[in-house]
Amino acid sequence: MARIGTILLAVGMSLMAGCSDSWNNPYPGSEPDANVLYSAFAERPKHLDPARSYSSNEVEFTGQIYEPPLQYHFLKRPYALIPLTAEAVPRPRYLDAAGNPLPDDAPAAAIAESVYEIRIRPGIRYQPHPAFARDEAGGYRYHRMTAAELGDKRRIGDFAHTGTRELVAADYVYQIKRLAHPALSSPIFGLMSEHIVGLAALGETLARAARERPGAPLDLDQFALDGAQVVDRHTYRIRIKGKYPQFIYWLAMPFFAPVPWEAEVFYAQPGMADNNLTLDWQPVGTGPYYLAENDPNRRMVLKKNPHFHGETYPTEGNDDDRQAGLLADAGKPLPFVDAAVFSLEKETIPYWSKFLQGYYDSSGISSDSFDQAVQFSSGGDPQLTDSMRDKDIHLITAVAASLWYVGFNMLDPVVGGLGEDRQKLRQALSIAFDYDEFISIFLNGRGIPAQGPIPPGLFGYVEGVDGLNPYVYENRGGQVQRRSIETARKLLAEAGYPNGRNAKTGEPLVLYFDTMASGPDAKSRLDWMKKQLDKLNVQLVVRGTDYNRFQDKIRKGNAQLFEWGWNADYPDPENFLFLLYGPHKKVGTGGENAANYDNPEFNRLFERMKDMDNGPERQQVIDRMLEIVRRDAPWIFAYYPKSFGLRHGWVMNVKPNLMANNTLKYRRIDPELRQARRHAWNQPVLWPIGLLLAALALVIAPAVIAWRRHERKLA
Amino acid sequence: MLAYVLRRLLYAVPILIGVNLLTFALFFVVNTPDDMARLQLGVKHVTPEAIARWKVEHGYDKPLLLNAEATGTAQFTDTIFFKHSAAMFAFEFGKGDDGRDIGNEIRTRMGPSLAIALPVFVIGLMVNITFALLMVFFRASYLDLGGVVLCVVLMSISGLFYIIAGQYFIAKLWNLLPISGFAGGIDGLRFILLPVIVSVVAGLGSGARWYRTIFLEEIGKDYVRTARAKGLSEVRVLFRHVLKNGMIPILTGAVVVLPLLFMGSLITESFFGIPGLGSYTIDAIQAQDFAVVRAMVFLGSFLYIVGLILTDISYSWVDPRVRLQ
Amino acid sequence: MSVQPVVLWTDALVFVLLAAVLVLAWAIRRQEHLRAPWAAVARRPMAMGAALVLAVFVVIGLLDSLHYRERLPGSPADAPQYSVEVLSVFDALVGTLRTQHEKTYSAPLAMQLYAKEFVERDGETVRDYPRLRYGGAHLAHAGERRPDIAWRSVTGLVQGLVAGVLLFGLLAAWQVRRTRTSLDAWLSDWGAGRLGWPARTVVVVVSLLLVVGGVIAQLAAGYHVLGTDKVGQDVLYISLKSIRTGLVIGTLTTLVTLPLAIGLGIAAGYFRGWVDDVIQYVYTVLNSIPGVLLIAAAVLIVQVYIESNPELFDTAAARADIRLLALCVIMGVTSWTGLARLLRGESLKLRTLDYVEAARAFGVSHARIIGRHIFPNVFHLVLIAIVLDFSGLVLAEAVLSYVGVGVDPSMYSWGNMINGARLELAREPVVWWQLGAAFAFMFALVLAANLFADGVRDAFDPRQGARR
Repeated sequence: MARIGTILLAVGMSLMAGCSDSWNNPYPGSEPDANVLYSAFAERPKHLDPARSYSSNEVEFTGQIYEPPLQYHFLKRPYALIPLTAEAVPRPRYLDAAGNPLPDDAPAAAIAESVYEIRIRPGIRYQPHPAFARDEAGGYRYHRMTAAELGDKRRIGDFAHTGTRELVAADYVYQIKRLAHPALSSPIFGLMSEHIVGLAALGETLARAARERPGAPLDLDQFALDGAQVVDRHTYRIRIKGKYPQFIYWLAMPFFAPVPWEAEVFYAQPGMADNNLTLDWQPVGTGPYYLAENDPNRRMVLKKNPHFHGETYPTEGNDDDRQAGLLADAGKPLPFVDAAVFSLEKETIPYWSKFLQGYYDSSGISSDSFDQAVQFSSGGDPQLTDSMRDKDIHLITAVAASLWYVGFNMLDPVVGGLGEDRQKLRQALSIAFDYDEFISIFLNGRGIPAQGPIPPGLFGYVEGVDGLNPYVYENRGGQVQRRSIETARKLLAEAGYPNGRNAKTGEPLVLYFDTMASGPDAKSRLDWMKKQLDKLNVQLVVRGTDYNRFQDKIRKGNAQLFEWGWNADYPDPENFLFLLYGPHKKVGTGGENAANYDNPEFNRLFERMKDMDNGPERQQVIDRMLEIVRRDAPWIFAYYPKSFGLRHGWVMNVKPNLMANNTLKYRRIDPELRQARRHAWNQPVLWPIGLLLAALALVIAPAVIAWRRHERKLA
Repeated sequence: MLAYVLRRLLYAVPILIGVNLLTFALFFVVNTPDDMARLQLGVKHVTPEAIARWKVEHGYDKPLLLNAEATGTAQFTDTIFFKHSAAMFAFEFGKGDDGRDIGNEIRTRMGPSLAIALPVFVIGLMVNITFALLMVFFRASYLDLGGVVLCVVLMSISGLFYIIAGQYFIAKLWNLLPISGFAGGIDGLRFILLPVIVSVVAGLGSGARWYRTIFLEEIGKDYVRTARAKGLSEVRVLFRHVLKNGMIPILTGAVVVLPLLFMGSLITESFFGIPGLGSYTIDAIQAQDFAVVRAMVFLGSFLYIVGLILTDISYSWVDPRVRLQ
Repeated sequence: MSVQPVVLWTDALVFVLLAAVLVLAWAIRRQEHLRAPWAAVARRPMAMGAALVLAVFVVIGLLDSLHYRERLPGSPADAPQYSVEVLSVFDALVGTLRTQHEKTYSAPLAMQLYAKEFVERDGETVRDYPRLRYGGAHLAHAGERRPDIAWRSVTGLVQGLVAGVLLFGLLAAWQVRRTRTSLDAWLSDWGAGRLGWPARTVVVVVSLLLVVGGVIAQLAAGYHVLGTDKVGQDVLYISLKSIRTGLVIGTLTTLVTLPLAIGLGIAAGYFRGWVDDVIQYVYTVLNSIPGVLLIAAAVLIVQVYIESNPELFDTAAARADIRLLALCVIMGVTSWTGLARLLRGESLKLRTLDYVEAARAFGVSHARIIGRHIFPNVFHLVLIAIVLDFSGLVLAEAVLSYVGVGVDPSMYSWGNMINGARLELAREPVVWWQLGAAFAFMFALVLAANLFADGVRDAFDPRQGARR
């Protein structure tokens, strides 16, 4: 008994000793008032190589480390591109087939090539990194290491020396070539080789070279790329086939960030990859932060880059921003926080609890688990619960540039096809799936019923009743209202299924809905789907399956109805309308048109629209396209998700920017306030322990007494 | 002795091959290498060329089990199965689909797994035995009956509830311990406590009940009666004889799980954010990272076999009549 | 309304199992030495009480295994059309419990939704808790709720008690007639527990069950007794529907385990030699692969099979059912090894017994020896394993569904309920009733199963209790 007491005491002491802070502090040993931001990530990032990282959980890190030439303005809406490392946002020069310059308003058909010339600012330097370290003779210290010299160095911090170097245009060109590297399988290589002159050919050349000398690293400087060339030390030129106005947006993504050749050489040395020293895990960038600790099983730490070139907080913003205090730091040097600690948090309950305890500063935008805390109502504004407002927790919302939809497989004999009866069938179903209700139940109001393929915030989206989808919604006294279920019934009858029966055979209409729903919510969602079609007396069979099977079905065109979504790559309507472009059909071509929709008129308009500059003329074309799509209804336009985040009162300068991925540098925190609040919120409650001990004593005492008596009797 | 262990280890080879074949078959019945590539490459802009490249890069561009195009032994060796399995017997696990070295990962994750599993094992054993001894000591009294009922009640509660309740009350409501996370060294103590407490309580019911029956069986034996007749006090009898002899089946039964402690617990680690091998396995299953799954299965089977051998050895130690041959 | 009976795979197997149990029971009744241990089980109050609770679960599960599809109204008589929704007799019995959907969450016995919404009141839009469509719809205002609940509870209590007393009276009358004693004597015997069977426990447990049933039935008529879930379904209904899933997993898995375990276990022990080697090899291999992986793979395989043969599974119920069956099969395949090992050891001992050796010397066939001498002597081990495994399997289902490799997400199961609770516990205020309901139901079933298993084990194998 005494021993247990000693152990308990020791445990208690060690708990106390290690921490003047609260018992439940998940960051033992951390400075209480350090200027450090605490956040979480739910899924370990797979790739941090800028040529590979694409998903949001990866870009969350690469965005802070790598600097492409352009970035999105933090505050301005609609989204606007501004220079990051470039001197200015480049304007394309157009050339005809013979190489002669064309005026800016030349017809797209005449343009054979667009040339982007990008000048980067001189004097920008890379983060400290051993790849740049030089020895006394001026040679690279760590470029010819043997496996023995490398030894058990597993982290960048294990190298004693570091160096830096100025950012040059060649680094950008180098990275564009890396997109074609066969070993990297960059996700955008396929897409970019359609646009950048010579990229496809470079890909083939590199693949051949890799086959001829397997195992040997490829020196990309030995291979020329026609479409990307260094002009001078700080200028480079990209050549694009034809006209591709959307290309400019790609220049704001880490795919087009600079990669120094030294890093590639450094990481290509023997033994590096086995010790997890690769560019995919240890990025080398010029951004405001560098990756100081990479333990994706537990936590990732970003620290301030001492060589950061400097940037100031934006001074332009609208009145809302001013009122929200987003301009309070205008003109101050970035970044504000010294470091950011991201902890791995896979389960909802711990994530949520730690946020409430003050151990996470803000929730990730669009993290699902946090919507629960907010009370929404149908059509009402989101509101925090009283207890959260008491804690000075704030809510930030924004409409994401994404879309969820239910696709009809247009190749399906029942729901597909462009005939009028099929249109009516799909329109009827579009009305029946009451996504207004879905949003209020499942998304807690975090969404806007979609009226078409283009989400708000993008060119081509029309606000309010003018932009409603007339086949599903109607204007009732200036309000966008879903058409009645009677309308749907009528349409269904006209489509040949009065009361959900085939008019000819009397068979019930049975539809199949494919989904890869899994997770805690799945069951409720599937039940909801069924309920929707019950209204039309149409039978719905939900087929839940896993990711691979679902993809397979879509690819082969075996699905009938299916759920799908799309996040914008860049804020241009082309990025959504191309999902319906006939030649991009999933079946046969493997494109992104999962519904296999193919309307010649729409295709023709799309080809015209994609190369146009924003303006009334483009709007007109888009309006015509929207009309066609809404009538044909190849998708049930479900909703545009609203993302929102929560932040504590000590976190400043939070404005959701769904295009920009480098917003960490704008964030500012008040560590003293945080420390005070954490302390107040995390007072341990001790009575349960006392109660437990008392209960134990109560149970054991009579027995001990009985035993004593028994012993005494014996003795 | 040494010869015995060596022979048993040799026997393990066909078993490990069988395990490998079975894992392999299960995985590739449902997943083609194309599926794996798609899963890794994400949803957007995936072209057939990209898939082909991925397969070449990760060595999945070969036939699964039999290469009809090759000749001689290459028919069997130039296949996905052989290329990915042969090296495992040298504990070379290669790289996961995310490019991380699996052997490296296993080494770094073993520590956290052990940090949870070992205390759970030791403290669990101690608590269970204490509880069982208490019940035996007060046998046929209200404490014994209450204890047995409590054991059955504890057994009837799903492990998930213990975790959820533990996190909710201890960490969230009472702010006593961090709800999840991990750190090395002395700092890690606060993270380990909650999962250990929860796991020990969750295992208390079945464990204590089982040990109670073992002790009761022991107490009915002749030598105990003799000892009592000699005038030894009840406490003496219990600790000197019953506990000592009861420990034999308990310990030999526990030996088999000892090596498996390295593997960690799948559920506990996921819940408490412990970066151990258990959560590694679960993640790999969910991400369908075949290389990792195969490595973990291999390691698990190997440790299981080691456990079996250890059990045999411990039997022979405890009971000299059992001879290893 | 005419119906089309639907026999799902698990339904068929459940009833096959039921038939087998009945035949076995009939066989046991006729043989004194087999009947004796069961009579011993029946004399244990704890086991009998648990058996009664189990019986309630089993009856619900069986009712829920009689599936049918309703004929669509207005479809022609000569070529009837049926709904794709598969219902069960249980659904028909509980009636409105299934169909009364609210919009979303509501607390147990609530009359309002759990979250505030903008509601029209006297022509004005205010933010308030909207009234439920069905729960407490008969109440005029909130003040009536508590008295109404109290009144309904008391009514249900009284009804349950009355029914209990009535049954007790019938029992007493029957017993008195049968044993030809006086009522007084019987009652005093009953009260003192001298009847030779745990009549007191049976009467008390039956009455308790009736009271609980009565109260729930009374309350369920006007409220959602356990609240509603995210899409407004009654949680009581979900919990009750989950019973079948739990039972199917607990029992059908055993059905898969038994032939493997008995056949291979006895064969390994009896034949020894290479048979033993092969069987030991197989089970070491199986044992050393983590079960979760095997199960995940099997579930995926079934999914592929379903996708490639969609015409075989025309309803969502059929798809979910085949996945459930697959889960049972694979859990059976992974869990036979323990019992097989035990049987092997026992058979090794048995084969050296004199009469078995003698039989072999006389040239009796192996099949006959095994059937006559080995199997009957290990039968008690099999039985104990069955009852002990049952509760473990029910608990395992929850964990597997939680990991995402359990039953179909569209299926009612406690695992799915707990899984859903992950998000609910992170709400403000906490939605606890789904987790609570799943906990209570699972706990009741597993506790009853454990207590019953104890009784069976003690009766069949009083010494071998140490096996677990």
